[in-house]
Amino acid sequence: MTLPLFERVRGIVADVLAIPAAQLTLQSSSKDIEGWDSVHHLNLVLALEQEFDLQFEPEEIDIMTSIEQVVSIMESKLSKSASA
Amino acid sequence: MKAINAKAAIETHEKYKPGAHAAGSRASASDLRSEIDHLLAEGDAATASLLLHELWTTDSSSSTASFVVSRYEQLRPNSNLLPYRLVVLRSFTVEPMVPLLRGAAFHGGVDLDVRLSEFNAHVQEIVDPQSSLYTSAPSAVILAVQTRDIAPDLWRDFSSMSSEQVQAAAMRVSGEFRQWISTFRQHSQAHLIIHNLEQPELPNRGVLDSQSGPSQIAAIQQINDNLRKLAGEQPGVYILDYDALVARHGRAHWHDERKWATVRLPIAAQNLNHLVKEWLRFLYPLTGKIAKAVVVDLDNTLWGGVIGEDGIAGIHLGTEYPGAGFQDVQCALLDLHRRGILLAVCSKNNLDDAMEALQNHPGMLLKPSHFAAMRINWGDKAQNLSEIAAELNIGVDSMAFLDDNPIERQQVRSLLPEVFVIDVPNDALGIARALREHPAFERLATSSEDLQRGHYYQAQRERDQLEQTISSREDFYRSLQQEIEIAPLNGLLLTRIAQLTNKTNQFNLTTHRYTEQQIAVLTATPGWHCFSLRVRDRFGDNGLVGVAITHHQGESYEIDTFLLSCRVIGRTVETAFLSFLADHARKLGAKRIAGWFLPTKKNAPARDFYSTHGFTEAEKNDAGTLWRLELAENILQCPEWVSMRMQTGERV
Repeated sequence: MTLPLFERVRGIVADVLAIPAAQLTLQSSSKDIEGWDSVHHLNLVLALEQEFDLQFEPEEIDIMTSIEQVVSIMESKLSKSASA
Repeated sequence: MKAINAKAAIETHEKYKPGAHAAGSRASASDLRSEIDHLLAEGDAATASLLLHELWTTDSSSSTASFVVSRYEQLRPNSNLLPYRLVVLRSFTVEPMVPLLRGAAFHGGVDLDVRLSEFNAHVQEIVDPQSSLYTSAPSAVILAVQTRDIAPDLWRDFSSMSSEQVQAAAMRVSGEFRQWISTFRQHSQAHLIIHNLEQPELPNRGVLDSQSGPSQIAAIQQINDNLRKLAGEQPGVYILDYDALVARHGRAHWHDERKWATVRLPIAAQNLNHLVKEWLRFLYPLTGKIAKAVVVDLDNTLWGGVIGEDGIAGIHLGTEYPGAGFQDVQCALLDLHRRGILLAVCSKNNLDDAMEALQNHPGMLLKPSHFAAMRINWGDKAQNLSEIAAELNIGVDSMAFLDDNPIERQQVRSLLPEVFVIDVPNDALGIARALREHPAFERLATSSEDLQRGHYYQAQRERDQLEQTISSREDFYRSLQQEIEIAPLNGLLLTRIAQLTNKTNQFNLTTHRYTEQQIAVLTATPGWHCFSLRVRDRFGDNGLVGVAITHHQGESYEIDTFLLSCRVIGRTVETAFLSFLADHARKLGAKRIAGWFLPTKKNAPARDFYSTHGFTEAEKNDAGTLWRLELAENILQCPEWVSMRMQTGERV
């Protein structure tokens, strides 16, 4: 059984930022979450890379600043690797 | 972790037993997270802590690490964690490793405070006595500097360098390390762990590097050889073989050059934990989290198959597949035995079946004499483990447990949470690796006692047999023919003396823990003395088994540390050692001798030591009791059956 991508991403964001998952929505972003600073952003990127076994490009990392953005970048990366 | 309700623990484990997580790990791990938060809200710290262990064992990723660390911080007021301060001096981004390291440390019972130096500021921190490196008073410091930062010429411009320039660069870098180590030692007694330098994935000169002319690989190796020598010259300085670590996990896959170029993190996400685990191999022994004994199962652990069903001809053990994997387990256990770690057997079997294989199977590398204790029966393993701990005179928190059966592991983990339960993979060929990787078996120094320990325990069994055949205590003491030798501190004994102050829990009056450097500094101070005790008897040499540190000032003589290894307790050598100290005090002109007894959970065997030797209570506070003896009124005697010598050979 695999959870939907949003659920998995939300769980990781909740862990890394130490926020209850229930408080996070697709719209949650670094602008409105105080703990989402540069160190936590790097931790989040690394946690996602470990969980999904992939590596992000620096350009992708720069714009992964909301859960929605993270999910959309992940979707395109995962579909590319699935078709490759 | 204390006061866990065993029944509740087992029930909880039943609910979350391994395998329940196997499918859709994130889904069940998120259930586990909700359950932990629920338990924390209800105030059930013990079960929450057990589930945090479970979660961390199932998934030690960066995201779990963040979760585990934040929940442990909530638990901290109710938990019995050992605080430990670490500073990392670094030339690259280390921040993402911190939650992984702290999560693993919490899991091991240590509340690790990690401070990072400013980026690339390791030199300033080391040379400035007022820097926070020193003011934060860490117990250990890691110096993590990369080849490309400390030797950019050797790393990048090697093909443009002449042999002389290469030689000069290697000397320069070695000299810098030498300077840093000696400056650091002037300001700090902390343990220092130094990363050595990694080799490039592809040498600048290609395959030519291994032919004629200057060799980049040889130059970096030369620096690493020098580092090893430098560490050998200074107590408390250790080398972490970073180059071997990178090689072990694959040089081509270790790095993430994009993250190096953007955020100065050279290590790929998948490898962060490998570096953290390497740090733990140093931090476990430094924080005293060590296994003194490993208790092993037999069937499908020391050999393949089940002896009771397959018989001696049917089990797999030898140089061919599949027996080779099990012989490798025995190889790994022999290495631990030679490191001074005791081996013991705990197996559900008929004794005769098991002993036949242990004694007679041609593939056995381990012999019955390698095992300090055996429990081959159908009883409960947790109960057997407790008995083995008592027999070997060690705490259950100094025991590791190796068993292929996950149910047995889970039971031991629930009932004896202090035991180091080794996570064994399903694949038999991975068991040896699990042993070799476990940080609780690491040692940063070995003394000759470590190498002899197996023999000491064998002699102990013979002593016990003798005691049973002799009727009176005095006759038993006489028959032992004990000789003790007392030596003032000297450099050769320093490692063992520091080790004893850190490992001895039971017969230890004050449980003061000292590093080698601290003892060296202390005993160089006027009025302070350190004596070690060696015991021999008709069964052999027990080795260096006792330490006393004393402080003389005018008419008073105070015992700061008095400890004996449990293998000689109850044979009156403690009386002999104390009589020596009284004599020493008298010769220095002291009128009285005094010492604290500071009670701990484990040192009850030493509680009545001073009162049974005529000392009276002089002071009492929350920490303990000060006992005093007027030397004029009391003459402490060395028991007649103990012959005592100073190391010089003169009779005392």
